[in-house]
Amino acid sequence: MRRARIWAAIGSVTLIVSACGGTGATTPPTTGAASHAPSAAATQAATTAAATATVAAGTPAATVAGTMGPLPSSGVSSKIDKGEGELDIIIWAGYAEDGSSDKTYDWVHPFEDLTGCQVHSTDMTDSNNGVSLMQGGSYDGISASGDATTRLIQGGLVAPIDTSIFLNYPNVFDSLKNLPHNTVNGVNYGVPHGRGPNLLAYNTDQVTTAPTSWDPIWEGGSAYKGKISIYNSSIFIADAALHVMVKHPELGIKDIYQLDDAQFQAAIDLLNQLKANNPLFWGTATEQQTSFTSGDVVIGTSWQYQVNLLTADHQPIAAVLPDEGSTGWSDTWMMSATAKHPNCMLMWMDWMMSPMANALATIWFGEAPTSQAACDYAETISPGHCEQMHATDEAYFSKVHYWATPQADCKDEDPATTCKTQDDWVQAWTTLTGS
Amino acid sequence: MALPTAPITAPESLVPRRTSPRRKFGSWVHRRPRARLVGLLAAPITWMVIIYLGALFILLLNAFWAKDPFTGKVEPFSWTLDAFKTIASNPVYTTIALRTMGMAILVTVTDALLALPIAYYMARVASPAKRRLLVVAILIPLWAAYLVKVYSWRIILQGHGLVDWAVAPFGMHGPGLSDIMNTWIVLSYLWLPYMILPLFAGFERVPSSLIEASADLGGRSMTTFRRVMLPLVFPALVAGSIFTFSLTLGDYITPDLVSDTKFIGNVIYDNAANVNLPVAAAYSLIPIAIMVVYLLVARRLGAFENL
Repeated sequence: MRRARIWAAIGSVTLIVSACGGTGATTPPTTGAASHAPSAAATQAATTAAATATVAAGTPAATVAGTMGPLPSSGVSSKIDKGEGELDIIIWAGYAEDGSSDKTYDWVHPFEDLTGCQVHSTDMTDSNNGVSLMQGGSYDGISASGDATTRLIQGGLVAPIDTSIFLNYPNVFDSLKNLPHNTVNGVNYGVPHGRGPNLLAYNTDQVTTAPTSWDPIWEGGSAYKGKISIYNSSIFIADAALHVMVKHPELGIKDIYQLDDAQFQAAIDLLNQLKANNPLFWGTATEQQTSFTSGDVVIGTSWQYQVNLLTADHQPIAAVLPDEGSTGWSDTWMMSATAKHPNCMLMWMDWMMSPMANALATIWFGEAPTSQAACDYAETISPGHCEQMHATDEAYFSKVHYWATPQADCKDEDPATTCKTQDDWVQAWTTLTGS
Repeated sequence: MALPTAPITAPESLVPRRTSPRRKFGSWVHRRPRARLVGLLAAPITWMVIIYLGALFILLLNAFWAKDPFTGKVEPFSWTLDAFKTIASNPVYTTIALRTMGMAILVTVTDALLALPIAYYMARVASPAKRRLLVVAILIPLWAAYLVKVYSWRIILQGHGLVDWAVAPFGMHGPGLSDIMNTWIVLSYLWLPYMILPLFAGFERVPSSLIEASADLGGRSMTTFRRVMLPLVFPALVAGSIFTFSLTLGDYITPDLVSDTKFIGNVIYDNAANVNLPVAAAYSLIPIAIMVVYLLVARRLGAFENL
């Protein structure tokens, strides 16, 4: 009963804030999630209903909480059975924050309080690592990117999901539903978490004019010899393919993840050229953060997440989405086919679509939320979040090539074409980094 | 004096209680030394063979199994040599194996050169008090966690680190974290105690009478060292090199943390993490083969009597 009240209160805060649309005006628009807006109270509301009185950037109207009549429910669906008490998930770094980095960003404790499921999370370094961990079979679910989802579905490692049981699924933008990376033959295998592009991050002290293309790591790489930061995963070959696609249209690359021999070779040649400039490869977000901070690297491929943490740490780091577009991700929460705690996992999936959790998680990581309700909630914490992340801007996301798994059949209808497989990509990456 | 009327009986404790199963078992075992041995070693041997070697064996079996090219799922008992073909067809695997062996040799030689004078001093020159102090000084880093030591080296080597700071006045920069030589420095540092300790024991065992005899026969100190000392401590040197060589051969955390260079261990790890367990398992046969050869040679050189 108490919990129900708390959720009602949170729901009301969301409502009030979206109703008083002008609240953001009191705080200057932030340049990213890192400038943690002063409304730390937003999360505290999760634990004390009373706190709602002072919530959301000093909105005086928040005192109306409780007088708003019937409130939209938040949290998780009552159609899911009682939780099993534990939840083991594989995540991208930053997808399950418990407030230990910044107390504003805590959506794990409210979930634990609500459902009684204790959350244990394991960071994956890349999608290959995520698939490998899922094969181990001791996890309940994963926040998989598109290059993992298809492999997980085809390998029978994830369970089909009936999205109608979720309370928060109807709010999710239609443009994110029933896509090839989360749905096969009309069967849903997961729910959206958020999406965003991989960015070109740079040290503003060393790189004084903001780059507008990826050239500084490719053709212009020699200027930053030994100071280039590169994501250590076979999927990075696609970033090279993107550059080849723009520079060599005659090769006819249509999909940067499905490459024939000539296209693949062109990407590998480009990577060998990069390798000659002695880049530093990063596997975990922390690793890249450290090398940017120590000055070992000054430019490289990054996620908004690291950029947020670095700017919060007062490092002179900025990031751009170059004109030619970028690789990126649209992540999906999926449940393991052998989950030991399926109810906790389903509740977590529902929870991660709820306005509060989705807003907090996507602000913290620096990616686009999956629903208007989450956008509205995000306004209270980081005003302008959804505009900055282009949450509803499909034209923007048409420049973002979501990670996908390389497949022998090129993922097209034409039986004549053959493409390099996932194995080929991994072996090529081993060759590149190992030689 | 009356004779005892009651029959004389032995004290109760001396009467063999034939009915006690424990006693029965005891005398049964006593008569059968073979059964005694089996009973004693059954548990540790089972653990060693089934749990320890068995796990390794199952891992190595993966090298001969096929996997789904798309999902990466291994299909047990589907025999194939695909993993070996992958390794043979890609020259990078040979490069990495040679690089790793080269590094193992380099680290071993470095540690031998550093350890010889230290061990000699400790065993034959230093006073007992100084010797104790040195032994403690060498043992203490061994008690510190491996990761702590590697991370402290990372801090020394990275940008704005100690090396950077020290060479900055000369207009130079530190090596950064992508230099293969970082691995050489850090691994030589990590395994040095494993070389010093056997050498120290080796030098201590050389009888002083031999040194004196050499001097009596007109041997100068260098000659004595070269022709008397070194041959006698050589097995100890080989014993120490087993540690420095094998530990370098298998290490993958240090290369990953202080340089970006790939060694055998990194490739095994990467392949295991990249959903290619068969290739990881097949490749791990290479360091196993190298070590088997190395140990056979070391045994011939008498290293095992000096461990």
